[in-house]
Amino acid sequence: MAIECLVLGAGQEVGKSCVVVTINGKRIMFDCGMHMGYTDDRRFPDFSRIPCARDEDFTSSLSCIIISHFHLDHIGALPYFTEVCGYNGPIYMTYPTKALAPLMLEDYYRVMVERKGEEEVFSTQHIMDCLKKVTAIDLKQTVQVDGDLQIRPYYAGHVLGAAMFYAKVGDAAIVYTGDYNMTADRHLGAAQIDKLQLDLVITESTYATTLRDSKYVREREFLKVVHNCVAGGGKVLIPSFALGRAQELCMLLDDYWERMNLKIPIYFSSALTIQANKYYKTFISWTSQKVKDSYATRNPFDFKHVHKFERSLINAPGPCVLFATPGMISGGFSLEVFKQWAPNEGNLITLPGYCVAGTIGHRLMSAKTPTQVSIDQNTRIDVRCQIHQLSFSPHTDAKGIMDLIRFLCPKHVMLVHGEKPKMESLKARIVDEYKIPCCAPANNESVIIPSTHYVKAEASDTFLCSTLSPNFRFLRNSSRGHSGSSDTETAQPSLRISDDRVAEGVIVARKNQNPRIIHKQELPDVLGKEIHEVQGALCVPTRTANAIGKEDLLQEQLPLLHQLYLKLADEVAEVTVLKSEQSLHIESVVISVCHMDNCLYRLCDESGNIPETTYFCCKWSAADQKIAWRVISVIKNMELINS
Amino acid sequence: MKFTYLSEGKGFHFPPCNILQVQGFQILFDCPLDLSALLPFSPLSVNLYAQLEECYHACPCDASSCSECGSGQKRKIGDDLDVGSLISAEPWYKTVKSLKLWDVSSIDVVLICSPMGMLGLPFLTRDTDFSARIYATEAAARIGRLMMEDLVAMHKETRLFYGPEGPSPEWLKWDAIELLPTALKEILIGRDGGDLGGWMPLYSAADVSKCMQRVQSLKYAEEACYNGILLLKAFSSGLDIGTCNWSITSPKQNVAYISGSVFASEISTKFDYHALWGSDVIFFSDCIAADLIHKDEVDFTSPGAAAELPSNLSEEPDAGERISEFLLNHDEFADESKKLTFLCSWALKSTNAGGSVLIPISRLGLVLQLLEHLTFSLQSQALKVPIYIISSVAEELHAFLKVMPEWLCKQRQEKFHSDQGYFSFMDLIEQKRLFLFPEIYSSELLAIWEEPCIVFSPHWSLRIGPSVHLLQRWCGETDSLLIIEEGVDANLACLPFQPMAMKVLHCSFPSGMKLREAEYFLQFLNPKYVLMPEKLKQDIRWSNHSYSLIYYHESETLHIPRVKSGTDVDCKIYLDFQLCSTKMGQEDINIATANGDFSVIQGKIQLGIGHEQILRSRTTPLICMGCVDLQSLVTSLQKLGMNTRVEEVMSLHGSESTSFVHVVEPKKALLQLTSAHTIIIANDESLASVLTEAVQSILDCI
Ligand SMILES: [Zn+2]
Ligand SMILES: [Zn+2]
Ligand SMILES: [Zn+2]
Repeated sequence: MAIECLVLGAGQEVGKSCVVVTINGKRIMFDCGMHMGYTDDRRFPDFSRIPCARDEDFTSSLSCIIISHFHLDHIGALPYFTEVCGYNGPIYMTYPTKALAPLMLEDYYRVMVERKGEEEVFSTQHIMDCLKKVTAIDLKQTVQVDGDLQIRPYYAGHVLGAAMFYAKVGDAAIVYTGDYNMTADRHLGAAQIDKLQLDLVITESTYATTLRDSKYVREREFLKVVHNCVAGGGKVLIPSFALGRAQELCMLLDDYWERMNLKIPIYFSSALTIQANKYYKTFISWTSQKVKDSYATRNPFDFKHVHKFERSLINAPGPCVLFATPGMISGGFSLEVFKQWAPNEGNLITLPGYCVAGTIGHRLMSAKTPTQVSIDQNTRIDVRCQIHQLSFSPHTDAKGIMDLIRFLCPKHVMLVHGEKPKMESLKARIVDEYKIPCCAPANNESVIIPSTHYVKAEASDTFLCSTLSPNFRFLRNSSRGHSGSSDTETAQPSLRISDDRVAEGVIVARKNQNPRIIHKQELPDVLGKEIHEVQGALCVPTRTANAIGKEDLLQEQLPLLHQLYLKLADEVAEVTVLKSEQSLHIESVVISVCHMDNCLYRLCDESGNIPETTYFCCKWSAADQKIAWRVISVIKNMELINS
Repeated sequence: MKFTYLSEGKGFHFPPCNILQVQGFQILFDCPLDLSALLPFSPLSVNLYAQLEECYHACPCDASSCSECGSGQKRKIGDDLDVGSLISAEPWYKTVKSLKLWDVSSIDVVLICSPMGMLGLPFLTRDTDFSARIYATEAAARIGRLMMEDLVAMHKETRLFYGPEGPSPEWLKWDAIELLPTALKEILIGRDGGDLGGWMPLYSAADVSKCMQRVQSLKYAEEACYNGILLLKAFSSGLDIGTCNWSITSPKQNVAYISGSVFASEISTKFDYHALWGSDVIFFSDCIAADLIHKDEVDFTSPGAAAELPSNLSEEPDAGERISEFLLNHDEFADESKKLTFLCSWALKSTNAGGSVLIPISRLGLVLQLLEHLTFSLQSQALKVPIYIISSVAEELHAFLKVMPEWLCKQRQEKFHSDQGYFSFMDLIEQKRLFLFPEIYSSELLAIWEEPCIVFSPHWSLRIGPSVHLLQRWCGETDSLLIIEEGVDANLACLPFQPMAMKVLHCSFPSGMKLREAEYFLQFLNPKYVLMPEKLKQDIRWSNHSYSLIYYHESETLHIPRVKSGTDVDCKIYLDFQLCSTKMGQEDINIATANGDFSVIQGKIQLGIGHEQILRSRTTPLICMGCVDLQSLVTSLQKLGMNTRVEEVMSLHGSESTSFVHVVEPKKALLQLTSAHTIIIANDESLASVLTEAVQSILDCI
């Protein structure tokens, strides 16, 4: 049994997340994203690589699709895959993701259609039809996809509705993290997951090497530059997608405006953002605890200072703050506004912490103003405005990734959704620090990982009692406590059980049946045969000298058995020697002083007994032959002092 | 596993209360209050004021408050019931008597199936001996808390009216009870007279909030693990928002507890019965089935009824679909919709005639459905009749309803995704045609109050809450309408408002499965045992079911037979078991001894067996079985070049013989054999091991 991971996207890159994982024959597609940096074939995962048998289509080849969150790099190709490629099987996402995904996709669709010469890969109708096929699920809700496959989402922070997904087939289990954030932000909580037994964790690694400082400082910095700009009469452009960052920053600004009593308008360019706010209000239970607690009095997504933006306002005089879609200035309205506002040095443009290569945002990130940016072959824009790079991101930093892996402690780790050199260094850390095998495959590579498989067995009560019962542990503990008592203490408890084999079971496997684990005692019942005890025994002579004339007076008082006890405890130190009043016990070997002249276990080659000899009767289970003969040789070779 | 049926309850508002003992843990299912027991109390009213005033003057005693004075009250004696028979005192509340007698410290887990099943919880949680973990769905916990807070708020009015009371009120004394009409007496002391111990004065708001702090809330199908060994999961029962059935998984067996479940739900998440498949034991506590049986009977036995249920249904490949088909084709949707339309038409008839409508129904799902239907009717007929929802928790409930899409059925969610709200009635709030008010006496309400109107307000017992005042206002109007749920004794409920000119409409809505549905449902689950309340016995005529049916009686403890002889364990065996085990005789049995490394994770026991553990047993067998055949032993010793002499000795009782095999050459040794023992006595190690091997080769060893 094995887990096979085929990375169709986000392998050593950020964009078009898509991993097809086959666990014990069940095939799951995690995310179905698109790459924002491309407009050709490379924008979608190469679905033709999904293993399909001869008469299979995608629907029969995949057990289900799981979408981690509504970002386009995780969901952008879904309408294409279902409506154009024809996948018709189950799709799972959380409730907020299902509600917000169509807004995100339509936003993208508009940008796509606006761009000249770009062929339309799917339509608005496709988006609607696609989302109808989605099953919405709740956090921690365990969904039985089919008889064998079980999935369960966990809170991931990142954006509203983002989830890490746990998937289990038989005994093999994995977690696909999607994008996540290990620290709470203004509107969302930190990722939360149970301790699970996992064969594999597939984690994002956007910030594989970054360590971030306090969020509070970064928020204050952002508010300061925005305030400075509008105070000077400038315009602030915040290119962002309709959902997620827009709401978080808007909460921040709305709250700040309230406190500072500012009257400067905050605009949303997109009707979608306004519609999205409605969903944020509804899904308030998916936000952070702090936000949740406050909703009964005032829903924090009821923004007070926010207005709808009209196109005519682009060149209207006076300061303002504008949230314009799409983010990263990859086209559309944000580009239009950028063209108008960028040449004015009084204005400000804020960029998110991460911009996909190929977008204007990406070019601005490394630029120093004033500069020139070419939009297309004919258009160049003078950029004289201020550029502020937002240093807060809804992604976890390197410490967060390491913390999550340490917490989950899987058998393997796979890195996706990151940049190759940084991923390599994180991979090395995981292998070095945690000794967990880790890989970071490139797109279209496939990785095979062994999976856990348990034998289903049925344990008998007697067996379980002997292993699980708290009484048993108690007994064992107490006996351990006693064995530490001093040797000179002669009055010791006569019964002390420390036999580890009490916990030992017998596995009985019949053909075509689940094996049973039973206690040794139960064997006769189960097999219909009696136990036959095979034992060894010997009455061993040892020389005894009289105490008179001996100097060692200390040992004089000690009984013979105790003298042997001390000797054995010294010579066979690796096993515990227990002593009761009449006998010594080593594993199953029982030794006692023999007073019978015609002891059955005494094999005398010479006739008659030797007067100055003491006999020790030894008896043991055949399984302990080895130790028994060591004991016997000790007895044979020692000399005792008779008092 | 043991099961104790504490109380059979009385339908939706007073669900059954049971205790299950599994894996050494005690699980309590629901802790309800019997609010229909409020009926013997007199509601607060103008008349009551007058009456008490009168009694106050007539009374010779110097009682400062009327409740202290028992003598002067003109309580009617005998069996005719009239207003005077009701108890004019601060009401107490009737809990489950047998639960009150139970040792609460022995309860480990409380599982809540519905908000109604929580109403008695504060009585338990304020007991210092109570230490159980309480689980409820997030929605049930939320709604349950609001219901309890509302109850406390409604009760406050009566407490203010009657003033503080002593520890044991007059009406609870035997001589006072003796004087009551039979109908009231029966409510107070129960049919067998034993219920008196169940009465309690109401808990406080502080008790409620303390109680809620202890409730652990879950989503549907979320796994909660108790003590590592019990895996608890709540699955939607379709009855109302947040209601659930429970699945309890342990390595020994899977148990499902079925509370009132409904297959067709227009508001809440639909009944998730697929998730319960594979349960070994079903506790069928869907209480309402029995009440509906007799109505169903006709349809059940009529010749045109559905075809006979095949006995091996669950083994057929499409069984699930066939059952779903049967259950969903059962026209419950249509039935319910018809009833609601009917109610709405009556409501509008009243308002058109100038009368007002009072709906003291508190079933949340039902209220929402009625509101939806009313909104639709009002909008389609362009009527401007205002709707008031008056309850101390109306606002909070409304806020909650706006943010809980996860607890609604698919159709509602689609509505939301198609950019409408979940509920059309919420539009009425924005249009200022539906108003939410915490209480009836507020200046804002009076300012906008218009009649005729439609009012939703508690409480359905018609003894406490705003509905009492509205009923007093409208009971004399022939055009006004009161809509109450079936199941409440309507005559008794309306008694204080007689003579009533107001119309009264009873409606009944399903609170559980129908018998026929239950038959299909249980056959689908394919359990080994099904436990049913005894009262269903006479109605159940199911043949060819694959499970054993066990009936239980109230306050009886039942032992449930074991499902499996052992316990499921996940074994990690790191090498091929076949290779390292011993084959026994001619049979296909492989045996090995193993030394386990145990862990209990999420209700599963895991046993890791490594190389060393099994290999050790390969070199020296640990267990031998069978008998040593003397002749074979002698032969094999001879083959080893030994000279032997056999001697047999009978024991004193002559019952068992002991054989001695003396090895004379090459070295002296002795084997002592009985049927269960062989003792090998040899003077050196190598000889001893040769002899041991010889003996073991004759036996079956592992
Ligand atoms: Zn993302
Ligand atoms: Zn991403
Ligand atoms: Zn001896």
